[in-house]
Amino acid sequence: MADETKAPVAEQAPSNETSAPAAPSSGGGSGSGPHRSGPRDSRDARGPRPGGPGAGREGGRKFFRRKKVCKFCVEKIESINYKDVRLLAQFVAESGKIVPRRLTGVCTPHQRRLTTAIKQARNIALLPFAGRLN
Amino acid sequence: MNRTYELMFIVRPDMVDEELDKLISTLETAVTNTGGAVKNVEKMGKRRLAYTVRRFNDGMYVLLTVEGGGGLIHELERRLRVTEPVIKFITVRIDEEQKRLDKIKKIREARKKAAPVTPAPAAPAEGSEPAPATA
Repeated sequence: MADETKAPVAEQAPSNETSAPAAPSSGGGSGSGPHRSGPRDSRDARGPRPGGPGAGREGGRKFFRRKKVCKFCVEKIESINYKDVRLLAQFVAESGKIVPRRLTGVCTPHQRRLTTAIKQARNIALLPFAGRLN
Repeated sequence: MNRTYELMFIVRPDMVDEELDKLISTLETAVTNTGGAVKNVEKMGKRRLAYTVRRFNDGMYVLLTVEGGGGLIHELERRLRVTEPVIKFITVRIDEEQKRLDKIKKIREARKKAAPVTPAPAAPAEGSEPAPATA
């Protein structure tokens, strides 16, 4: 833990500057490594810590594990409607939770629209709030 | 007054078709009385609900697209709340979304027309395209 805070300060500084303005707070909060890299990555998908498979602190030294692309940008799907359940269900976990952006690779504006659509679909009983979709 | 709304509601599954049609026509008259216009009515059929609503596991989905002001929707929702067979409804405003989609389509059309002609006239068209496309 101590090594994490002291040694790669130089390494962390440039990366933190590029990805988030919260540079001073990151030094203090590096105790929770994976959690710290989580929200940082969601802001910048090309972040230095891909937050990859779980504990991405040690293993995430290299840059992109896998270049995840936004499905909507690639296939040029413009409208994300609450009515197309099959499309929405791809971004919903087994438990019914909305899958975070860093796992699916969706870009931010599409993720926001997707979230609104999923919440609308939940309200009209097309998707469950919790639990598996029958 | 050109707001377009999409109103989707669920009716209990053991409802007769004629009663459903009567309900829909009541809603349509309410729309026209308030000065709106019904653009589309779509009965999406019986579907299994993702969770139990008022002790029902299936329901008949109906989609109604209307054009009108906000007061119209207020009135429609009031009626739906009172109607006993209707178990759930949601209203979504879609005119802004339509505008955005139309804009994207127009840009795509312009791009397609400009591309096969020559690259040169397409250049000014493409110069203006990326700005709204990325918005």
